Amino acid sequence: MVNIEIDGIPLKVDSAKMIIQAADEAGIDIPRFCYHKNLSIVANCRMCLVEVDKARKALPACATPVAEGMKVFTQSEIALAAQRGVMEFLLINHPLDCPICDQGGECELQDLSLGYGSGISRFSEKKRVVKDKDIGPLVQTDMTRCIHCTRCVRFGQEIAGIKELGATGRGEHMEIGTYVEHSLASELSGNIIDICPVGALTSKPFRYKARAWEMTSHPSIAMHDAVGSSVEIHTRQNEVMRVVARDNESVNQSWISDRDRFSYLGLKHPQRLLQPMIKQNGEWQTTDWQTALEFAVDGLKHVKAKNGGDQIAGLISPTATLEEAFLFQKWLRNFGSQNIDHRLRQQDFSDEGHEQFSPIALAEVEDCDAIVLLGCNVRSEAPLLAHRIRQSACSGGLISDINFFKTDLLMPVERQVVVNSTQLLSLLSGIAKALLHLDSEAAKAWQHLMREKAASATEQNIAMQLTNANQSLIVVGALANHHPQAAVIRALAALISQLTGARLLILPEANSQALHLASALPHAVTGKDQKPGLNACEIWQKQLRAYVLFNVEPEFDCADPAAAKLALQRAGFVVAINSFECDSLRDYADVLLPLAAFAETSGTFVGLDHQWQSFTGAVVPPGDSRPGWKILRVLGNISKFSGFDYVSSEGVRQDLQDQLNRQASAKSSLYIPNEIASAKGIQLISEVPIYRTDSLVRHSKSLQLTPENQFLDVVRIHPALAKKSGLLQGDSVLIQQGDLAVSTTVLIDEQVAEDMVYLSAASPLAAKLGSAFGQLQLSAITEMANA
Amino acid sequence: MMQQNQVCFRTMHLDQPWSMEAYRSVGGYEVLEKILHEKTRQESIIETIKNSALRGRGGAGFPTGLKWSFMPRRMPGDKYIVCNSDEGEPGTCKDRDILRYNPHQLIEGMIIAGYTIGAQRGYNYIRGEFFEPIERFEQALTEAREAGYLGKNILGSGFNFELHTHPGAGAYICGEETALLESLEGKKGQPRYKPPFPAGYGLYGRPTTINNTETLASVPVILQHGADWFHELGTPNNGGQKIFCMTGHVNKPGNYEVPLGMPFAELLELAGGVRHGHKLKAVIPGGSSTPVVPADVMMQTAMSYDGIGKAGSMLGAGSVIVMDETTCMVKALERIAYFYYEESCGQCTPCREGTGWLYRVIKRIENGEGRQEDLDRLVDVANNINGNTICALGDAAAAPVISFIKHFREEFQYHIDHQRCLVAEPELKLNYG
Repeated sequence: MVNIEIDGIPLKVDSAKMIIQAADEAGIDIPRFCYHKNLSIVANCRMCLVEVDKARKALPACATPVAEGMKVFTQSEIALAAQRGVMEFLLINHPLDCPICDQGGECELQDLSLGYGSGISRFSEKKRVVKDKDIGPLVQTDMTRCIHCTRCVRFGQEIAGIKELGATGRGEHMEIGTYVEHSLASELSGNIIDICPVGALTSKPFRYKARAWEMTSHPSIAMHDAVGSSVEIHTRQNEVMRVVARDNESVNQSWISDRDRFSYLGLKHPQRLLQPMIKQNGEWQTTDWQTALEFAVDGLKHVKAKNGGDQIAGLISPTATLEEAFLFQKWLRNFGSQNIDHRLRQQDFSDEGHEQFSPIALAEVEDCDAIVLLGCNVRSEAPLLAHRIRQSACSGGLISDINFFKTDLLMPVERQVVVNSTQLLSLLSGIAKALLHLDSEAAKAWQHLMREKAASATEQNIAMQLTNANQSLIVVGALANHHPQAAVIRALAALISQLTGARLLILPEANSQALHLASALPHAVTGKDQKPGLNACEIWQKQLRAYVLFNVEPEFDCADPAAAKLALQRAGFVVAINSFECDSLRDYADVLLPLAAFAETSGTFVGLDHQWQSFTGAVVPPGDSRPGWKILRVLGNISKFSGFDYVSSEGVRQDLQDQLNRQASAKSSLYIPNEIASAKGIQLISEVPIYRTDSLVRHSKSLQLTPENQFLDVVRIHPALAKKSGLLQGDSVLIQQGDLAVSTTVLIDEQVAEDMVYLSAASPLAAKLGSAFGQLQLSAITEMANA
Repeated sequence: MMQQNQVCFRTMHLDQPWSMEAYRSVGGYEVLEKILHEKTRQESIIETIKNSALRGRGGAGFPTGLKWSFMPRRMPGDKYIVCNSDEGEPGTCKDRDILRYNPHQLIEGMIIAGYTIGAQRGYNYIRGEFFEPIERFEQALTEAREAGYLGKNILGSGFNFELHTHPGAGAYICGEETALLESLEGKKGQPRYKPPFPAGYGLYGRPTTINNTETLASVPVILQHGADWFHELGTPNNGGQKIFCMTGHVNKPGNYEVPLGMPFAELLELAGGVRHGHKLKAVIPGGSSTPVVPADVMMQTAMSYDGIGKAGSMLGAGSVIVMDETTCMVKALERIAYFYYEESCGQCTPCREGTGWLYRVIKRIENGEGRQEDLDRLVDVANNINGNTICALGDAAAAPVISFIKHFREEFQYHIDHQRCLVAEPELKLNYG
């Protein structure tokens, strides 16, 4: 700690701090453009020049470390002259087109020019003009407005990990761009909109839509991944205009993913369900809420009376709020159904009751010195978790990526191991084998699962790195969790975690931790005499009489789209409480209840650190749609169930909170599988692409236009398998899964495991097939066959 | 008449002065052999350099011995010695001739510097346009390597040193030491903010010393003849001889290695005096970035760091640009301003935006479109650049504008008032018909 003085105010500050940081903490305003608290310091804008006692000239506050006895003057004649001089320079080539600039009203240059600029320009020469660049569907450029602060460039290098933007040319001819014009591929690219101090980089979908001062800002939580980033929703006249990042150092710092930023565009999709509808005699008709709700309740009561409550099943999307999930299961359990689940893409439920949930703060991830990613395309699953892992990797953390295909993680990785299903299980058992000598009890209990062969060098290395690290982490991602042998993978990961002291993160999907707490699960039975219900797979396989969907699009959201579709078509009664409708939903559903979406409802999100974060709705839901908790509450009332008299979502939350407080939280024991089955034949890799995760994201047009969707309508096959199957790049290929078949185009890709086939899940192609990670046959479609 | 060419040009009188043979004949590499043989203490070398009053020849004039003493010599890991041969300052052409005529002395100087600061690797960053000098230097490197002065375990001393040439790609800014380091690392040449200084965080983030070609080439001579000998060549605090690049309106332009402290009048005479018997008008004494000095002041000035400092300018790299009475100061400043506008790296605001502004206003005045408010505005803009930038290029762009207007304001005013030139008009008509 050192003693300094800024503008006469004595301060005690950390000696590692720069003047600007000390000033920020003390609430003393120093103008700046290039400085950003979460980016490196470059001192190039020169706006923060201040007078420092005993210095020959004005010094940049952002790059001058504090020192004992230092006296800083931010408003002295020297400081102001320097700041005004810099402001004049920044403005001479700036177009000053504020009236037609989207940044107008929230522009750092505009704001500071008020204080430091002159009313009239002394510059009467020609201004610089820079050609705009097309950098994709999300970010609009107006490069003439650029003041070359390089925040966007540094963001790419330091946070996104991808150097897409850079400065070319020198002097006045310096331009920020991609060099060869192309669309930004970073899943964090939208953050450059937030950090650009001027209108050079603005939101393309938001362009010319609203002015900063017309909008109201509502703090909220993004629900698309398990991070639950803090966002601000900007609304105007009950319309969501855009979403921007909200600073939350312990969760998302200053950043949000593009998925969180641009998903709001789906809110106004033409397929938005806006009125309650019922199907009578095969004809759809719009109706009022009372009629629709009574129709729904009557239908379910009829099924219960005729077939029993256990012929009813409810499926809820992991993007639902804690409150929605709690009411959903409460309502359905009142019908006598335990068939409730949110684990829509899972296929292996054998470790039910042994779930491993331990809270982890994102900042702790940065401090890990060894991280193992198991079937986790972390950039796509949780972009801001990937950012934290990148920070760990950049400061020497050893990252092991074990997956069915190789992707560029945009960080230094110790190893990337591409495996097929059998190899994955063998590898995990090898790592465990290398560690079992540490624990004789575990060795006995797990002996039957250990393979004969001794651990390989890679397996030993991973085991050693996890053991030797001060803090290590194993992340089990969606590709592992959706796998037909997910329980075995999770069990081995938990064992390795136990033996090495590594933290274990079974990466949740969206709000699924909250849904777990809210008992949106078949085995969360309340009474002792009750048997657990059917899980998300059995619910389809058993083809029940009635289904209730809560924001679920079965073709895209479930592990086996074909089974789901078949079950729904054969069901007697289907209620869909959804935000969006589509033809297939109209085909099998009997009641459509319009559900409020993100930004339109209040609720609670449970983050990776197990913090409950509640938020309020930012806008009133459009049309006749209503917040989920209200719909479910009224459904409870109409069903004449007791305990549905909530007046607010807080009340629902409180009720659940009380219930959880009464339960003793028991640590669940490790699940020990009976055997490791080996996979046969060619298996699918069913990854959910980043912009296909939930219905809102899938309806965001701009996100669907990004390069991330490039693999949506092709299959990726390893060259060896292609050769074996007689397939060439660009060939048409028939993929058969039992009776089901789709044809598509071959993309030969060495990054994919040799005897697996990558086909995007939640895609129109996968919607026509059966189980994710299922077996399949490949055959070339010849021109003859076409003819 | 005092002796010229005592230091960097000491082989100049020989046939093929760049050869190993020529260099050896003046005692070349003897110092290095002695140091390596006797394992001379590094502190004592630094002490000698300090006592010689050798100051950096690249422009800033920082005492070399002091700079070397900043290096964490015993710190483990890589350290580097870098030679700045990116000679780009308009008016400067001395390093080119050292590379062409006495490359071995630079190599010996760099090896000794490496030994002294604990660096095992050196880079000579040479201006990309120097085709012949690069070839000469490379040739000399081959000879030195064959003679066993470079490589592992040099002359059985246990000291390893390797030296590489790196041609620049044509940016003036890469002569700025930290931009040079960035460029050497393969990045865009842009200065780094200091601190940290290269001695702590230099090439690839390792401790690095960067010296000018002439500075490093002076080292073997100092160590051969002693600090006092060198110091006494010049004047107190301004040790040694210095190469002055005499350009502009003189009869015999060229490089002259003469003692520091020589009166300008004598130096001008050496260069054959002002051309065509014209009157001297002004002199830029240290390269285009140093303030211009009017003739009467210059004729009273001694050519040393302190002497030129007293005259209100800087010795810089010793690049003396002589201007006679026919020179249009507006045109001259326009050309200088254009250079800085073109060479600003664009990283920081005042220089990126200000250099273009200065150039455009001066160009307007030169083209007869000047306005009354322009002169004060130019000075004001130049003052706003001065001292507010990351590196010294901003100051370099501002200094000529401020000094030209200070000393020759009436000429600029005439341009504005009459839309034509006060001095050069007849000649212009003659030249362009």
